[in-house]
Amino acid sequence: MVEGKIEIRGLNFYYGTFQALQDVTLRIREREITAIIGPSGCGKSTLLRCLNRMNDLIKGARIEGSVKIDGEDIYGSSVDLIRLRKKVGMVFQRPNPFPISIFDNIAYGPAIHHLASKQALPDIVERSLRAVGLWDELKDRLSGSALMLSGEQQQRLCIARLIAVEPEILLMDEPCSALDPVATAKIEKLMLELKCRYTIVIVTHNMQQAARVSDWAAYLYLGKLIEFGETKMLFTTPKKRETEDYITGRFG
Amino acid sequence: MNQLMNPRRTEKIVFFFLLLSTLVVVLPVILVVGIIVVRGSSVLSWEFLTALPRMGMKAGGIFPAIFGTFCLVVGTVVFALPVGIFSAIYLSEYSKRGRLTRLIELAIVNLAGVPSVVYGLFGLGFFVVFLNFGASILAGSLTLAVMSLPVIITASREALQAVPKSFREVSYSLGATKWQTIRHAVLPHALPGILTGTILSLSRAAGETAPILFTVAAFYLPKLPKSVFDQAMALPYHLYVLSTQVPNVKLELQYGTALVLVALAVLMNIVGIVIRSYFRTKKQW
Repeated sequence: MVEGKIEIRGLNFYYGTFQALQDVTLRIREREITAIIGPSGCGKSTLLRCLNRMNDLIKGARIEGSVKIDGEDIYGSSVDLIRLRKKVGMVFQRPNPFPISIFDNIAYGPAIHHLASKQALPDIVERSLRAVGLWDELKDRLSGSALMLSGEQQQRLCIARLIAVEPEILLMDEPCSALDPVATAKIEKLMLELKCRYTIVIVTHNMQQAARVSDWAAYLYLGKLIEFGETKMLFTTPKKRETEDYITGRFG
Repeated sequence: MNQLMNPRRTEKIVFFFLLLSTLVVVLPVILVVGIIVVRGSSVLSWEFLTALPRMGMKAGGIFPAIFGTFCLVVGTVVFALPVGIFSAIYLSEYSKRGRLTRLIELAIVNLAGVPSVVYGLFGLGFFVVFLNFGASILAGSLTLAVMSLPVIITASREALQAVPKSFREVSYSLGATKWQTIRHAVLPHALPGILTGTILSLSRAAGETAPILFTVAAFYLPKLPKSVFDQAMALPYHLYVLSTQVPNVKLELQYGTALVLVALAVLMNIVGIVIRSYFRTKKQW
């Protein structure tokens, strides 16, 4: 069997004494979209944030088990957090551009990682904006504030900002929850385009969204992985009763 | 009984006392500024602002005092601003929240309440005598800097903590180090608040007499300082001297000096307010 891009094994996660994840084992395949679905508070975001170690910032957080990316345990003692987070980027629930110009938003990552000289930055900005389909709209106002953009444009900009640091994995934490249906459809289309270059893990409340974009889906409930499989199987012939209840809306 | 408890009457009485208290607060400010302006503006002239004092300060201008205060303010900025900002960054971003940090924060808050004459004595003992700077602009600036630090640190910490958490999160998620995050994603957005707090504390430092009394201020020195190791005249101390130490000074000279001092403080406060409102209109998170 092929090794996944990300291998999660026996993952337990605690906020202080509260156990947010219980024995989660999951394989995430390269250049495919894996959706994590489940009701609020089931640990979806926590699981996602284990993959780029954003949970490290939380006091009292503790983790057991292993997460391997390309065969390397990211919780190992020799791991370089900076390299990890450059490789595993994140898109947040609310579009969160910095209150600076569009250009500077995208240049932020490359400048920090010294990926490019000052002269090469405009190229990176253009490439990143093209990758998210914003270049034609924004090429004449790169020095304008990123906050002047619509919510959907802001979220695309955040994805472009991420792409500029050349990641391999994109973690998306309910990237459309602050957007209207039209904007959501555009972001979903973008995700499908990005799939050929990046491994994408998306957390979503929206089951239709998971069904539309993902190749694999994991259903999480109360910190436990209830079912994991190919999206079309999980949504048409779920193996577990709980999964069926949730996806058919008979939940709770 | 019913009459007394009438809510409409209560409303009027409450309103009256609230208004009265506010007037009591505002009135002295108006009177002080008004009297100073009325009585001091007659001596204001280009000569008064730019000439050296003459005849034992009974005539001539106050330029050395203005220049001295200017030097002290610049010196205070040079010493207090970097240290203040750096320690605020350490306290708000780096330090572990423990008993020691809380103790340090408590000490800083309390330092802000220490009477300024105590800082003056400290400056005399430490900078003038122990470090052997003598009474000099250097010693005076350092003393004023030490006095200003608690306010600058407190204002800076508040400004840093007001920067949304999401900026830090995004920066870390892009693989930035802690210092890169602070330097590029936090500090630029905290700077307006830091500057406002600093300017307000400087305007206080510019007007203080006690801290400079033993550390820099010259009684009567009708020439400009040549280096930071020289003594200098300063506006607040000059005003004190004119008012109490020199007999038969024209009252207008005292009020004129006070007017310049007040104008300086008001000017600095206005700059602080303008900076703050400018950035407030730009800020959109």
